[in-house]
Amino acid sequence: MPEMTLVQAINEGIRFSLELDPSVVVLGEDVGKNGGVFRTTEGLWDTFGDERVIDTPLAEAGIIGASIGMAVNGLRPIAEIQFMGFIYPGFEQIVTHAARLRTRTQGQYPASLVVRVPYGGGIRAPELHSDSTESLFVHIPGLKVVVPSTPYDAKGLLLAAVRDPDPVIYLEPMKIYRAFRGEVPDREYEVPLGCARQVREGEDVTLIAWGAMVPLAEQAARILAKKGISCDLIDLRSLYPLDEKTIIGSVKKTGRAVIVHEAPKTAGLGAELTALIDEHAFLWLEAPVTRVTGFDVPVPMFALEDDFRPNLCRIEEAVDQVINF
Amino acid sequence: MVDLKQMERVGIQLVRPDGHLTETGRDVWERMPEDRKRAFYQWMVQVRLFDRRSVTLQRQGRIGTYAPMEGQEAAQVGSALALGKEDWIFPSYREHGVAMVAGMPLDRILLYWMGRVEGNRAPEGVRVLPPYVPIATQIPQAMGAAWAAKMKREPSVAVAYFGDGATSEGDFHEACNFAGVFRLPVVFFCQNNHYAISVPFSRQSAVPTVAERASAYAIRGIQVDGNDVLAVYTAMEEAVRRGKNGEGATLIEAVTYRRGAHTTADDATRYREDSEVREWTEEKDPIARYERLLMEEGLLTPDRARKWEQRCRETVEAAVKEAEAAPAPPPSHLFAHVYKDLPPELVRQRRQLTGGDETHA
Repeated sequence: MPEMTLVQAINEGIRFSLELDPSVVVLGEDVGKNGGVFRTTEGLWDTFGDERVIDTPLAEAGIIGASIGMAVNGLRPIAEIQFMGFIYPGFEQIVTHAARLRTRTQGQYPASLVVRVPYGGGIRAPELHSDSTESLFVHIPGLKVVVPSTPYDAKGLLLAAVRDPDPVIYLEPMKIYRAFRGEVPDREYEVPLGCARQVREGEDVTLIAWGAMVPLAEQAARILAKKGISCDLIDLRSLYPLDEKTIIGSVKKTGRAVIVHEAPKTAGLGAELTALIDEHAFLWLEAPVTRVTGFDVPVPMFALEDDFRPNLCRIEEAVDQVINF
Repeated sequence: MVDLKQMERVGIQLVRPDGHLTETGRDVWERMPEDRKRAFYQWMVQVRLFDRRSVTLQRQGRIGTYAPMEGQEAAQVGSALALGKEDWIFPSYREHGVAMVAGMPLDRILLYWMGRVEGNRAPEGVRVLPPYVPIATQIPQAMGAAWAAKMKREPSVAVAYFGDGATSEGDFHEACNFAGVFRLPVVFFCQNNHYAISVPFSRQSAVPTVAERASAYAIRGIQVDGNDVLAVYTAMEEAVRRGKNGEGATLIEAVTYRRGAHTTADDATRYREDSEVREWTEEKDPIARYERLLMEEGLLTPDRARKWEQRCRETVEAAVKEAEAAPAPPPSHLFAHVYKDLPPELVRQRRQLTGGDETHA
């Protein structure tokens, strides 16, 4: 089985989608000849041509608005927004239209489209390039939000997202675009939306993470294992809908949960997960659910980004806290 | 592309406000089939009576806040009659006239203003999207639908309907720009009715016309007298033909006037002079001038006009009855189409609302 990076696996997912379904088109800034600023769409323009892999004007509302119109008229667009910090001009199109066209038309126009967005920090990117505002999208009824953290999932989730009947925000953790390689089957397969991945089995505490926080939490779990603490690590993969069964099942087993995300704490997805655990596993809890998150400050310029983002030390401290509660 | 020198403030006019045809108007008129000439009139009357009845229904508390369109009948009917079943319509919330002509049943339009989502759904084969409420957001989507048609090699255009206020939004600019760059079969149909709620067009734009903005995008720009149904129809017909021929997008500015308030919740006397409203009502009315033309041409008599009005009233009343008789939707409909398949949390919330009674879910 070929081994590839996350970014290559996403490329594979897009390539398969374009090959399998003639109604799929890719559009965005620099996605064509340049192959994307991260090279995510590398080679696709050469293979599928200018009509299916489209360099657009620099206009996020235009890209997403056009994608919705294309979906209404029978295409399956994969729109790329270059960085999450730049998605906001297109936010209105997502919130007022993509998310609710199905409801507003009683199922007549479901707005089946994918918006791909590199997100998160950790790569010393210029100012305003490192946002992690996934909870803005998770909060909007009608949207689905997914984040792969392995090359295998990146391809499978992308294929599933493109075929999904609902609009999907597909977030790509830039930090791990090229951090490691993993096995990716050279065939068509789907990783279903709404299913978390059990990364590691453990008994003492549940760690919940997604995106670039997964390898960090994994590393923390390895260190904690040496100290005799075994972690049940869950990679959410799907931020909406949530895989409640896996989350609740794990917390009922361990009685403790630590949620790790790089978005700021207040009203981040960690708050929703905490409430979910509270509603469904309260009597199983041995300690309050604890969050390790970015601080409630604007994402800093990169000189301070390591201080802003969760790190091993903070995860270990949080685990200690819930174990010794 | 727009020729600024040739463009008059009022735009292209084929029927003068006094009901007489211009020279070019006469040419167009002679080539026009008779049933089309009648259809302009019939639809304009139908649309106006529906609109007036809707305002009354709102005053009686039978529908919610309503956006009247009286005064814009020629712009809406003339443009919509130039479209085929294969063409897409992305309307704003003041386009009941367009929707009706395109095949949206009147009772569904009323249901929309009764706050019911059923009013958003067009019958099978009627390519009318729901009213777009946030200003200008429909314009990039119409552009995208036109793009899809081009890629699929389908001979159809998409039309974005919007007002003069929308031309200040970024979405308008982005859509025009894409349409120019990719030469898309889209028509941007702006009804310049002079006011965005209370703000006059002079506060939206330092250039005097919407149409001239087209030159910045290398698309065709044309200004027509929006109260001249024949001119509107002709401009739209040409824009549609060009779109389908691969000649790209057109921005049509139909200069018209919103005779009523922005909505039934608005008081237009706060920002408009009576004399201005009177001028547009008494001297530039779109129906009166066309009625005069038809009568002079022997296609209409006062008696037939009365009979047609009566028939339109009956149609509207039947629609009112139908809409008011529609059974109330069960609360579970809240969840019906949020996702194709409901996620577990939504299944729980639905159960919470219905108390476990899923029979109407």
